Amino acid sequence: MAEFALPKHSKVVKGIDYPLDTDSTNTRKVNVYRWSPDDDENPRLDSYTIDLDKCGPMVLDALIKIKQEIDSSLTFRRSCREGICGSCSMNIDGTNTLACLKSIEDIEGEINIYPLPHMEVVKDLVPDLSKAYEQLTSIKPWLQSNSNPEEGKSRKQTPNQREKIDGLWECVLCFSCSTSCPSYWWNGDKYLGPAVLLQAYRWIADSRDENTNERLDDLEDSFKLYRCHTIMNCTKTCPKGLNPAKAIGEIKKLQLERK
Amino acid sequence: MSRQRPLSPHLQIYKPQLTSLLSILHRATGVALSIGSVILVSWVVALSLGETAYSSYSMIINNWFGKLVLFGFTFGLFYHLSNGIRHLFWDAGYGYDLKVAYTSGTLVIISSLTLTIVTWFIVLFV
Repeated sequence: MAEFALPKHSKVVKGIDYPLDTDSTNTRKVNVYRWSPDDDENPRLDSYTIDLDKCGPMVLDALIKIKQEIDSSLTFRRSCREGICGSCSMNIDGTNTLACLKSIEDIEGEINIYPLPHMEVVKDLVPDLSKAYEQLTSIKPWLQSNSNPEEGKSRKQTPNQREKIDGLWECVLCFSCSTSCPSYWWNGDKYLGPAVLLQAYRWIADSRDENTNERLDDLEDSFKLYRCHTIMNCTKTCPKGLNPAKAIGEIKKLQLERK
Repeated sequence: MSRQRPLSPHLQIYKPQLTSLLSILHRATGVALSIGSVILVSWVVALSLGETAYSSYSMIINNWFGKLVLFGFTFGLFYHLSNGIRHLFWDAGYGYDLKVAYTSGTLVIISSLTLTIVTWFIVLFV
């Protein structure tokens, strides 16, 4: 049974307010989820007021500014700052996205930042993704083939065959979609979730892969695949504009067609 | 350092989306319809038991509260039906584009409200 409320030790309490002493009128309050394994406190929401005239345009710029100028203990993942590494995925203004692709200007009022929803928190905005990575490994996200390509040549695809994996290979595995999915919240231990299922379809749709049937066999499971109820929060939230719901729909259709 | 890690907030902070609201309403109307089917079955049972049983059934159901419940039941029926058709399109592989999903969702709301109102207009005034 789904647990709708947060466990007692996970309840978020009011945190520290860091006001800003400035003449600037272009300021913004940023509320950030904080939790540290080093003390015995509940998670809290700290508020930092920042001067937008002295800050880059993206939410990630704001977080870096806070870490550099106000509180160096603030912890979050980031690397490429251009939406290609998938590290800075978090819940910003109520939906999941990459902090580096989310413009501060697009958010009205105070900016609320939480870790990806319904995940165990390692520290502050860093969720534990090891279970999600295990699930990714379980679908064998690599090319499986029993035949060898022509000596010294690569495996050939027609432009049409290649087109079939467009909208799939672009996924940066930020898990914004999986952690936006209520089904994944309640059944994340058994349901693979949109990110991993999109990856599964990426290899099913790849003409060079020869293990399509085995892949489909493995997914034919009431929990792994069929916990998807086409809620479509995944597609709505994907920061790369991909469509995991459609990919899952295609897998379901293939399962029916081969029966 | 063996502190239990907290669970990050989910329902508490995730902005309601049209996509998820329509989905949970589909589930809710499904549950309501299963419970509501008891009302329908007891109506048929009362009908078959004769005049006394039927008139006491009518007494329970034929008032403003009973009508409100039936109104809710009708909406639940039409919503579940309309959104069920939307699900059939998805199952056939159509309508996953985000724009299309929003249009079909809006259509489902419009059609279930219209069908409910038309039905009750016929019941009450025709």
